[in-house]
Amino acid sequence: MSIKLTRRQFAASAAGAALVAGSAPFNIVKAQTGKLKIGSIHPRSGFQAQLGIACQRGIDLAPRVLQQLGIAADVEIMNADTESNVDVARARAEKLINDGANVLIGAFDSGQSAAIAQVAEQKGVPYIINVAAAPQITEQGYKFVFRNFPTAPMLVGDGLNLMKGVFEKSGITPKTAVFMHVNDTFGQSMAGAIKAMAPRFNLPFQITETISYDPQAKDLSVEIAKAKATGADLLMPVTRLNDAILMIREMVKQRWEPKIVMSPGAPGFYEGQFYKTLGKFSNYLLTNVPWYNPRSSMTQKLLDEFTKTYKGELFELNVGFSFEAVMVAVMAHNAAKSTAGAALADAIRKTNIADHVMAGGPLQFDAKGQNVNIKSVTLQNLDQRPKVVLPLDIAEDNLTLPLPSWQKRT
Amino acid sequence: MPAELILTVAVQGILTGLVYGLMALGLSVIFGVVRVVNFAHGEMMTIASYAAIVAFGAWNIDPLVSMIPIAVLLFAMGYAMQAALINPFINRPEHSQFILLAAVAIIMVNGLLMIFGPDARNVLVDYALDSIEVGPLLIDKVRVITAVLALAITAGLFAFFKLSRIGKAIRACADNHMGALVVGLNVKRLYALTFGIGSAIVGAAGAMMTLLIDTTPNVGPVFTLQAFVIVIIGGLGSMPGALLGGVLIGLTEAMAGLFFAPSAKTMFGVAILILVLLFRPQGLLGRKA
Repeated sequence: MSIKLTRRQFAASAAGAALVAGSAPFNIVKAQTGKLKIGSIHPRSGFQAQLGIACQRGIDLAPRVLQQLGIAADVEIMNADTESNVDVARARAEKLINDGANVLIGAFDSGQSAAIAQVAEQKGVPYIINVAAAPQITEQGYKFVFRNFPTAPMLVGDGLNLMKGVFEKSGITPKTAVFMHVNDTFGQSMAGAIKAMAPRFNLPFQITETISYDPQAKDLSVEIAKAKATGADLLMPVTRLNDAILMIREMVKQRWEPKIVMSPGAPGFYEGQFYKTLGKFSNYLLTNVPWYNPRSSMTQKLLDEFTKTYKGELFELNVGFSFEAVMVAVMAHNAAKSTAGAALADAIRKTNIADHVMAGGPLQFDAKGQNVNIKSVTLQNLDQRPKVVLPLDIAEDNLTLPLPSWQKRT
Repeated sequence: MPAELILTVAVQGILTGLVYGLMALGLSVIFGVVRVVNFAHGEMMTIASYAAIVAFGAWNIDPLVSMIPIAVLLFAMGYAMQAALINPFINRPEHSQFILLAAVAIIMVNGLLMIFGPDARNVLVDYALDSIEVGPLLIDKVRVITAVLALAITAGLFAFFKLSRIGKAIRACADNHMGALVVGLNVKRLYALTFGIGSAIVGAAGAMMTLLIDTTPNVGPVFTLQAFVIVIIGGLGSMPGALLGGVLIGLTEAMAGLFFAPSAKTMFGVAILILVLLFRPQGLLGRKA
């Protein structure tokens, strides 16, 4: 079949093609220097919803707070819900990128973050992990994946060191411990890290029982009965939020009162919902966890804005790390003056922010894209809110141990 | 392993199983008569849980009290659902019924998400964290109360179907649909009544469940699946079967958690399901088709 083209039609087509070809580079340039589109991807429904929503609050506040701090933030936030599901996380990440996201931030959960990291790397779009600890994510040789959160071994290392500090400060040295952990990617990473690292830390106690449980468990009565039967002095739980509530509720019912309950570095005990649900029973529990530096001026600015915007909600690490992730993306955008993936990734790699929200050294990434300067603190729930009790230079209150009896609390 | 630990865990498992049984009872009753599997079962239970949470939050009504008006409310909801939505699908293929009820379930979950958000909510009554000491055993008071109520509701329902005229008429519909039509029973009305009764049980179970676990909109599908597993084990349509299936699952999971890895305990419940399907497909107390 042949197509007949008149001279006039040919001339019109050629002119049209030239116009398109001529304007295309300008479009590309425009896209690369324009507003930074940040794809915020978190579990905002499903069993991790509360935690994803806490992360989202940090993301939503960031542009406004950064502007107030004098940092130009020409950004558009695009939101996606992973529904607490790895496969959905992968699909949503692809959709965000197809819809024009220049940077992805997320995703609270290690399994979901690992799936998003694969997509981001394939598409050449920088991905800043705000919260997720599985070490393997930054061990893959990815060029577009950055993590501003400690890995499980970092969490455990800091957590075990701080434990020694707690024993020293309180004068209580447990002889036996039970390790209970949620059986998901994060829980298994933490269990693996504890098993590998505990012998190196010369800890005074022996882990006599390790109990893993389903992350969506509705009942932990058997697990607590089993833990109680060991008669251990110390409970080391690695939880999420809902199971942390179940665990303490069951401990009260079964009247199990170990001398110390201390998380080596996991969410749960310091979440707003935990205090709302358990009231007086939420007090005196300890968590060794990366936390915001209460002495930082940036923290205070963010905290003020958070309190104004989300009355009655708790400002915690998910908010802080999510805010910092946006800050890293915005500052990289300002430095690169481009929204192109490679340019942004280069700029993120050169990040060096001395004054920031979370405790620890300057916010920098190593060759693997990991921030290795984050430091944990020991939090104790006092007056139904988390307070820094160690290290002493940023402590907000005194350590109170042993754990008072459940029955005698008022 | 100490004997008192084994005994404590066994008692907890049985008590939890009785509540599971009550949860599945509504599903079994509806299937036994209407021959429709209510795939929105767990979601209806979640609606009842939220109703109990609202009643407690707004007027400080104990879920053990609010379960009565909630059961009435769910009865009306179930009756209306059967009369308006499910009756036209009664003679359609099973996959059409499944799609219909799955759609209803999705609407319910998303409706709850829109109204209440994704946060877990619970009811903390004064006795929520109390335990009863029986010799060396410490037994959760709430579990004891809910298990006793589950038994009482099941007994009441059993008596209703055996002794009342309406109950006998419903059983007649279940036994011989054509015969019931021939003797002049209003089968569609009786179906709606049965769906209402099944829903009322779900309402009571949902209200009680707020004392045991935190409620989120997304817990509905989990309940549906669990109830489905229980009634298949006990026998679809058998009331004592639902209770037996619940106890069996509760006890098996508790013991599996104690003697093996707790994170693998649900696997043992599913293993029982597979065994039942292989060796007694009609369920432990079910009748052969």
